[in-house]
Amino acid sequence: MTTSPSLSPVSNPGADVLLTAENITKSFGGIHALKSASITMRRGEITALIGDNGAGKSTLVRCLSGIHKPDSGTITLDGEQVVFETPHHASQSGIETVHQNLALVEELAVWQNFFLGRELTRRLGLIRTLDRKAMKAHAAELLQDLAVNAPSVTSKVRRLSGGQRQAVAIARAAGRNSKIVIMDEPTAALGVQETARVEHVINTLRDSGVAVLLISHNFDQVMRLADHIWVMRAGVAVAGRRASATSGDELVALITGARAA
Amino acid sequence: MPTPPGSRASTKAPHRMAPMLANIRELSFWAENAASIGLVALVIVFSFLSPAFLTLGNIRAMLIAAAILVILAVAQAFVITTGGIDLSISATMTLGAVGFGLSWSAGRGFVISTVIGILTAALVGLVNGLLIARGKVTDFIATLATLSVATGLALILSDGKPIAVNSSQLLRLTTGSIGIFGYPIILAAVIGAVAWFVMFRTRFGLHVQAVGGNDESAIANGISAVRVRIATYLIAAGLAGVAALLLVARIGAAEPAINTQYLLNSIAAVVLGGVSLTGGKAKIVGPIVGALLLTALTNGLTLLGVSQFYQPLAVGIVVVLAALLTRFQKK
Repeated sequence: MTTSPSLSPVSNPGADVLLTAENITKSFGGIHALKSASITMRRGEITALIGDNGAGKSTLVRCLSGIHKPDSGTITLDGEQVVFETPHHASQSGIETVHQNLALVEELAVWQNFFLGRELTRRLGLIRTLDRKAMKAHAAELLQDLAVNAPSVTSKVRRLSGGQRQAVAIARAAGRNSKIVIMDEPTAALGVQETARVEHVINTLRDSGVAVLLISHNFDQVMRLADHIWVMRAGVAVAGRRASATSGDELVALITGARAA
Repeated sequence: MPTPPGSRASTKAPHRMAPMLANIRELSFWAENAASIGLVALVIVFSFLSPAFLTLGNIRAMLIAAAILVILAVAQAFVITTGGIDLSISATMTLGAVGFGLSWSAGRGFVISTVIGILTAALVGLVNGLLIARGKVTDFIATLATLSVATGLALILSDGKPIAVNSSQLLRLTTGSIGIFGYPIILAAVIGAVAWFVMFRTRFGLHVQAVGGNDESAIANGISAVRVRIATYLIAAGLAGVAALLLVARIGAAEPAINTQYLLNSIAAVVLGGVSLTGGKAKIVGPIVGALLLTALTNGLTLLGVSQFYQPLAVGIVVVLAALLTRFQKK
């Protein structure tokens, strides 16, 4: 099933594999969205997941981020088998997802969004108050590390460009001590320049040691960013390729099934 | 020849733009501070028209009269920040007053009666919260229904008659003061300060704003929108219960009367305060100033001898103007 034996975690236990999903199946009613899909992700790499609409990319990602529970199959994270009941559970284990809608609140400031639901507090007598200073500083630090055009942490998200919003959402996911950040079409709604900036953010994130799982329809982007590419077709990960050892034409052929893995 | 006009035009351009920019800036400035500017304008106009307006006695009376509306406006501000609305707020206050009155006439003391009054009111808030957050009933419909239910209950429980309350503590509450600040407005100010702190300095307040701004995103970040909404309606109703105490103190009796004017004015004060009814944009000081403005407006018109019939009309006009102004708020 895998193209080169060196990519299989079983035959090459020395490879720095962070996550292994094996034989994941998931059905909705009579529809088999995932029929035994297996992928691996390595530490410090961008792994892309490509495939036609309905190939099962989203379902697989939702299984990894705890939104769906697989019907069967195993997920191994950092050598330990994990079962995610909820997205919160996945997040606690170090898997964060940047959804397409970004889950930001426009009326709130960047730093408020950054810590939404996990605010830092300090005691003030009997009551707990927001530690605004610490949150602002922490958010600013993370944003500046990641993005070139980092917005001010005190500005409202409403005033940010699409790319800046994406950067905030990615930085937020990265800031939660995550091992893996899953990104669903992060540049789908962005212009050329903004896309370049967000790609820079993704690269910086990878360089900082986080494993990125990138779902994208954009082949050029996948070739630019990814270290490893998994191609999905009809609920199965039909092929895995090193980005350096494949081409856009081959990927298209694998997606359409014109070429067997 | 062509150079001078060209250079002239280029030096003239910023001149032409400057007033326009200033104007835009001014409009948004006006919109952001509509309540404060309106209040100052009213004070100036009324003090010109009536020498009695700016006397210490009248200021003191106005502040006491404003206390109930200030508290209700703060309560309403919390609900409106979540994107909801509480139409039952004045009926809740009435029911709380009746709860206080019944407890008092049953011989329970001031403190216990106060607690019972607040709890009675809070019960309405709990029902509102459960209906809206869990039952997914539209806030407008749910609180319209509880408005009717609370009004009816108040009438049934009191048999439609006012319950006289001769409490020395209540008397002290209405007559006591520090300087020109009567105890009612001090109570309202303390509530306002606590509300500001809760809204802008605690996790709960941030969650209220997040749920109002975008509940899907808030939920995605692990916030329970259901719990936040229930808590918000509970807080609003509890504050209405506190306002009920002031209402009883002012009248000297727990009256099951329908106080529609308080409902409309509480919403009007929040709108005047620059809070968007769509939610997510929290303000506490604005609604408080809005409540002061509405009270000053009523007071001034009364001093000028304008018929009471004109007061709702004046309030309506002011609110419409404020609502139009909010269009120019900075996004």
